[in-house]
Amino acid sequence: MKPKTIIEKIWENHVVYREEGKPDLLYIDLHLVHEVTSPQAFEGLRQKGRNVRRPDLTFATMDHNVPTVNRFVINDEIAKNQITALERNCREFGIPLADLSSPEQGIVHVIGPELGLTQPGKTIVCGDSHTSTHGAFGALAFGIGTSEVEHVLATQTLWQHRPKTLQIHVTGRLGEGVTAKDVILAIIQRYGVDVGTGYVIEFTGDTIRNMSMEERMTICNMSIEAGARAGLVSPDETTFAYLRGRKYAPKGEAFEKAVQYWRSLATDEGAEYDKTIEIDAATIAPMVTWGTTPGMSAPVDGIVPYPEQFATETERKAVQLALQYMGLTPGTPITDIAVQHVFIGSCTNSRISDLKAAAEMVKGKKVAPGVRALVVPGSQQVKQQAEEEGLAQIFIDAGFEWRDSGCSMCLGMNPDTVPEGEHCASTSNRNFEGRQGKGARTHLVSPKMAAAAAIYGRFVDVRKLEKEAVH
Amino acid sequence: MQFTIHTGKVAGLDRANIDTDQIIPKQFLKRIERTGFGKFLFYDWRYLADGTPNPTFELNRPENEGATILVANENFGCGSSREHAPWALADYGFRAVIAPSFADIFYNNCLKNGLLPIRLDKQDVEYLLKESKRADYELTIFLEEQRVYDEAGFARTFAIDPYRKQLLLKGWDEIDLTFMYEPYIVEYEKKQANLT
Ligand code: SF4
Repeated sequence: MKPKTIIEKIWENHVVYREEGKPDLLYIDLHLVHEVTSPQAFEGLRQKGRNVRRPDLTFATMDHNVPTVNRFVINDEIAKNQITALERNCREFGIPLADLSSPEQGIVHVIGPELGLTQPGKTIVCGDSHTSTHGAFGALAFGIGTSEVEHVLATQTLWQHRPKTLQIHVTGRLGEGVTAKDVILAIIQRYGVDVGTGYVIEFTGDTIRNMSMEERMTICNMSIEAGARAGLVSPDETTFAYLRGRKYAPKGEAFEKAVQYWRSLATDEGAEYDKTIEIDAATIAPMVTWGTTPGMSAPVDGIVPYPEQFATETERKAVQLALQYMGLTPGTPITDIAVQHVFIGSCTNSRISDLKAAAEMVKGKKVAPGVRALVVPGSQQVKQQAEEEGLAQIFIDAGFEWRDSGCSMCLGMNPDTVPEGEHCASTSNRNFEGRQGKGARTHLVSPKMAAAAAIYGRFVDVRKLEKEAVH
Repeated sequence: MQFTIHTGKVAGLDRANIDTDQIIPKQFLKRIERTGFGKFLFYDWRYLADGTPNPTFELNRPENEGATILVANENFGCGSSREHAPWALADYGFRAVIAPSFADIFYNNCLKNGLLPIRLDKQDVEYLLKESKRADYELTIFLEEQRVYDEAGFARTFAIDPYRKQLLLKGWDEIDLTFMYEPYIVEYEKKQANLT
């Protein structure tokens, strides 16, 4: 048989109906729902007297506009409206919901894996572009719009064209202080924010194989920032070990059987991709974005670039606009950029290992004067674990605010925003204009880099800090 | 929503990577209806801090008043999957968006809302961006023939998935259509249940 990629295998396993000249009708195994992109879909069902076909394959939580200081006091009437609408919709249609008082609540892309809902081989959708996160488990997971949310609720299927496949092959050892976040930022910086458009990415190579599930999630999470709707990693022992014992993962013998099946999904030796990119891990430095797309970044020991360096007129214009928005002068060393805010959180970097990496950096130190620093765990479970392991106390002692779980300052739909003109080191995934608040200047970085920026009030090369610590 | 043939005024927005956060900023995502988003379209670019229209923003220029076709540069609609973006564009009055490339999710979301996304070559887009500066510049989009043309002789064909094209031409509800495949879905579910 012709060797196949995991992407082709999962796809073929889910085709409900196929006809020449039409997209395939694809079955959806797991549909995750949150409060912002679902109300209009439920309303649509109601208007037409339709039902949710498989509430048992649907799971809802609230994350985007929940307050993270006191989650039960929602002052924003309209946000409250969306949260109560979700409660009502889940009750009416019989959908399981991790609500604000649930110990399972959290960012939808953090709790899916945590609860073991996310599993290899599944097709997973959610009305959110960072659904790509779940690909870390060898699932085909992608974001959809509200009309598609309605379509999946009603039919448990979607009409989809088979995507092209893009292999991103990362090999070699990452340098000290260089993390999964830097890998994905470097990929986007080198190959552009639309390199993955029309493709599903499979991340391969020993660098990826040696990563924990949480690191793989960080990489897959930002596939969408590279233009790809989905990014995934073939499942292996690391994947299975992570899933064993999770609440919704198969149990006992069923688990062993599942592992056998999951193993068979991995990309076959010799399978072909439509496109392949090779990355040498040793060439990657800690990255900092200086502009208003995730592709506009530089190594921490680099400088803010000159627009003239760029090849096309469109790029030069984009860079000029971005620098203007960011208030940055070409030639400025990245380490001279001062920050007034630090945000550690979001579905990219708010898991326990992210908080550990950040806590190591801040332990026994203090947040620089004039810097406001926030840690927002990705889920209530992460929060609890961090408190039990003493991480929370390390942050609090250093002067960080320690919050409840949610999306928070990643998109500032709740009261957490960055004021106009101020700079924020953020572990999230988007640095678009106004993303963290009107006029806010976001710099995307890894948790280590964000923590270090909080202590120094500007960006620092964490590789140097780690050396100093040794001597 | 149905789309067959449309003639309308063209507005140009010569920027690349216009993301859905710009098309409809997050503070307007909290509504639970599909309508009424037009007045918030491009909010942070369109209005000054005091809420008055920003005279330098392209869509606020008099020559672009009443435009129904938007032309922009590469990777239009990247970022968040929010369908509020095409809702806002359609609610504002746009029937089509032309760009050299679109982000995948946004492209799909447009088709579901009768807003036609059209990919044209970069140099054609540059031509349209230039022409759009004229107040009376109009384009016609003829979906059946997949053609876009102006009075001066510019005419290009564009690609669109034949299935999506049919849905748009007929204005069909996709869920109703999928319900016709119900027996296949049931069969698939049975097969899966037997596997596990
Ligand atoms: S944390 Fe940010 S990127 Fe992730 S789901 Fe929430 S808003 Fe979206």
